[in-house]
Amino acid sequence: MDITFTNVDYTYQANTPFQGVGLRDINLTIHGGSYTAIIGHTGSGKSTLLQHLNALLKPTAGTVQIGDRTITPATNNKNLKPIRQKVGMVFQFPESQLFEETVLKDIAFGPQNFGMSADKAHQRAEEMAELVGLPKETWEQSPFDLSGGQMRRVAIAGVLAMQPEYLVLDEPSAGLDPLGRQEMMDLFNKLHRENGLTIVLVTHQMDDVANYADQVVVMEHGQVIRTGTPREIFANEQWLVDKQLGVPKTTHFAEVLKQQGFQFEPLPLTEDELVTALLPQLLRQGGAANE
Amino acid sequence: MNKLLIGRYIPGNSFVHRLDPRTKLLASFYYIGIIFLADNWQTYLVLLLFTLAAIAMSKIKLGFFWKGVRPLIWLILFTVLLQVFFTQGGHVYWHWGIFTLSQYGLINGTYIFVRFVLIIFMSTLLTLTTPPLALADAVEYILYPLKYVHFPVYEVALMLSIALRFVPTLMDETEKIMNAQRARGVDFGEGSLMQRIKSLVPLLIPLFVSSFNRADDLATAMEARGYRGGEGRSKFRILKWHAADRWVGLSFIVLTIILIVLR
Amino acid sequence: MTKAIEVQNLSFRYSEEAKRNAIQDMSFTIENDEWVAIIGHNGSGKSTLAKSIDGLLPLEKGTIIVNGIELSEANLWQVRDQIGMVFQNPDNQFVGATVEDDVAFGLENRGVPRAEMVQRVQDALQRVNMTAFATREPAHLSGGQKQRVALAGIIAVRPQILILDEATSMLDPKGRQDVLATIRQLKAETHMTVLSITHDIDEAASADRILVIDDGQLKQQGTPAEIFRYGSRLIKMGLDVPYTAKVAEDLSTAGVALPSQFLDESELAQTLWTLHSQM
Ligand SMILES: Nc1ncnc2c1ncn2[C@@H]1O[C@H](COP(=O)(O)OP(=O)(O)OP(=O)(O)O)[C@@H](O)[C@H]1O
Ligand SMILES: Nc1ncnc2c1ncn2[C@@H]1O[C@H](COP(=O)(O)OP(=O)(O)OP(=O)(O)O)[C@@H](O)[C@H]1O
Ligand SMILES: [Mg+2]
Ligand SMILES: [Mg+2]
Repeated sequence: MDITFTNVDYTYQANTPFQGVGLRDINLTIHGGSYTAIIGHTGSGKSTLLQHLNALLKPTAGTVQIGDRTITPATNNKNLKPIRQKVGMVFQFPESQLFEETVLKDIAFGPQNFGMSADKAHQRAEEMAELVGLPKETWEQSPFDLSGGQMRRVAIAGVLAMQPEYLVLDEPSAGLDPLGRQEMMDLFNKLHRENGLTIVLVTHQMDDVANYADQVVVMEHGQVIRTGTPREIFANEQWLVDKQLGVPKTTHFAEVLKQQGFQFEPLPLTEDELVTALLPQLLRQGGAANE
Repeated sequence: MNKLLIGRYIPGNSFVHRLDPRTKLLASFYYIGIIFLADNWQTYLVLLLFTLAAIAMSKIKLGFFWKGVRPLIWLILFTVLLQVFFTQGGHVYWHWGIFTLSQYGLINGTYIFVRFVLIIFMSTLLTLTTPPLALADAVEYILYPLKYVHFPVYEVALMLSIALRFVPTLMDETEKIMNAQRARGVDFGEGSLMQRIKSLVPLLIPLFVSSFNRADDLATAMEARGYRGGEGRSKFRILKWHAADRWVGLSFIVLTIILIVLR
Repeated sequence: MTKAIEVQNLSFRYSEEAKRNAIQDMSFTIENDEWVAIIGHNGSGKSTLAKSIDGLLPLEKGTIIVNGIELSEANLWQVRDQIGMVFQNPDNQFVGATVEDDVAFGLENRGVPRAEMVQRVQDALQRVNMTAFATREPAHLSGGQKQRVALAGIIAVRPQILILDEATSMLDPKGRQDVLATIRQLKAETHMTVLSITHDIDEAASADRILVIDDGQLKQQGTPAEIFRYGSRLIKMGLDVPYTAKVAEDLSTAGVALPSQFLDESELAQTLWTLHSQM
């Protein structure tokens, strides 16, 4: 399933004195099966764009094609549920959406809204709790008694329980400690590779973009100013710095090494690539390190 | 969120916007008082012109004021109809059981309607042109004498200003949680009354939890910054009267005199 | 000279039912004008420690001395006057309805006369570079701007000690850099003692000394270079692993002979180049 934006505009609080531009003339396709990262500095419209992916917001002009459904400014709010089911959305600080008495009940809430029986939903909830790595002893606890990182897992499991094709994530690792962040990113990568989910990720961490994404969308002032592979986007460090976006640590360090005299072609994006490119320049062929 | 536009401050720099909030608050109260002086078409006309002039000076479109009337329209119509059907006197046009449609009834009904609309217009003018915070200052000023009967004016004023400061934050939070639950298949405001009420649970519990956490954080932050009650505090925000406020006072005196003469 | 903070045998438990003490027999001192970072994984007791030092939690066991004043019921407010705190969530500590009102809050609490207050608010806003936003409401500010306002609110009161409890963790990278730059500049100008609780590697690297806390106990302390030597084990301590440490570890595993101490970017680049030249 692809999602395609055609000439999409979105204005907040249209026709009031408070109106403000959210999106401007967006043309973009997100292909089913991809891992897309959306980057851009604060207020550039990333979250606004995301909310169009499952019709929480409808364009004020243009169309959004979600699979076989077309969302236009005139689309009414009925029958949007199938879209919400197919495109799972995890908001920033999703732990704030928890409300049930137990972890499993909260995870089972989504599927039940889409008509699944309580028993089946409970079973699904257990599978999802397992999948996101919640220890068994937490399953019957109140979600409010868990740590911040665990609460976030519950929220993500609650979205996964609807068995979406898309998993849309708005800064999912914000506010977690480094270990929690790394575990989160590993989880999404696993969901992408093993469960075949299409991932759309908003992030400020360029390292995550370089490590996981296969397509990057750069936003500024409500517009998409560039799309491409991470390699294309990160090729020009100065451009990214100008846009206040920064570069992956690897790219940055590779530049430092280049100044020193090392050679890289192409510039490495991930730690593994860097090390692989460095080793031949440090060790003589045939395991010279054992000298 | 568009509905919440009613009674919301619209930034501007008109004569009315620049008035001292105390002037506007006191004037609004005073206006509600003198509106009862009006008892014939001449006096109502004067009031109407006065109000329209005030609105014109605020440079805000009349449409915003009608929006203020709309949510109250049923209450207004109900009161007006009561007047129309139960007031007797003058020529009787129509009669059925306890209902009478009389000349006085119609006139009184019209007056009541105009009175409602004028009061709503004037108080809408107050809220549209005065930031909530400034209003809170004005309220504090007016409550100040209560200090002498040991009413915690400072604390109440601080509470009010903090509550106002958190309104946008909580509105954002509400919208965010609603969206998150929508994404999990909740339909707010659809289905039977029972379903609607049930759909509020996933909104209200998270909202309660987050407000509680915020309040807790805020209390800690306030204590860390040295807050220990209103005793011994000084004040940063002060209000000053200007010439314009005197002109407003004067115009209200003139209005009162005209009303008394014409009634 | 008196120490900025002395903590002796501090223990704290939230309630009788709690499984263990949130702080367990902790002792350390912090010198004047020092910048100390506290790291530790989630739930290790960092915030509890910070609140204890500011007297925001009851002192049950142990002693806390701030600028020579021993914390007790009687001189609680005297101790709080020495300390300014910035917390994690920028929204939940913004008390005032506008930027200048918020900066003035601490001064109002201390009964500072209005004329002086106006002066100090202006000065504080200038130092954090937020003068242009004086009359803005918090809803119209970014997270980083709100945290800078929080800093201004503290500078206005002129405490000796600044405690930051993950003050940059909810900000985007730009906001984080701005806030961090502001703190560095303030530190240089006012010689405040800074105690910063953080998971952020750049913030920890700014410190003179790092304390590592685990399960309510002080487990390690040392300069950033000493602590960063733990390499990939740092992530268990609640800190990001420095990028150069990761690369150095990968290279060592692959058989490149590298020194065991921590190297920053340019040091590592030079070391590698030397190795390359010897090839
Ligand atoms: N509910 C709203 N009402 C009015 N304007 C809004 C609303 N939400 C966002 N905006 C405005 O729309 C623009 C885009 O906001 P958006 O939240 O999409 O940015 P973002 O890229 O997600 O930023 P961040 O990195 O801070 O999350 C901003 O200028 C913002 O002020
Ligand atoms: N108000 C409270 N009531 C009961 N227990 C608490 C309370 N606050 C914290 N705790 C517990 O005390 C321990 C230490 O918590 P603390 O908040 O100090 O950790 P932290 O190191 O600041 O963690 P984080 O990195 O998540 O901020 C944890 O086990 C926590 O669950
Ligand atoms: Mg966003
Ligand atoms: Mg903490």
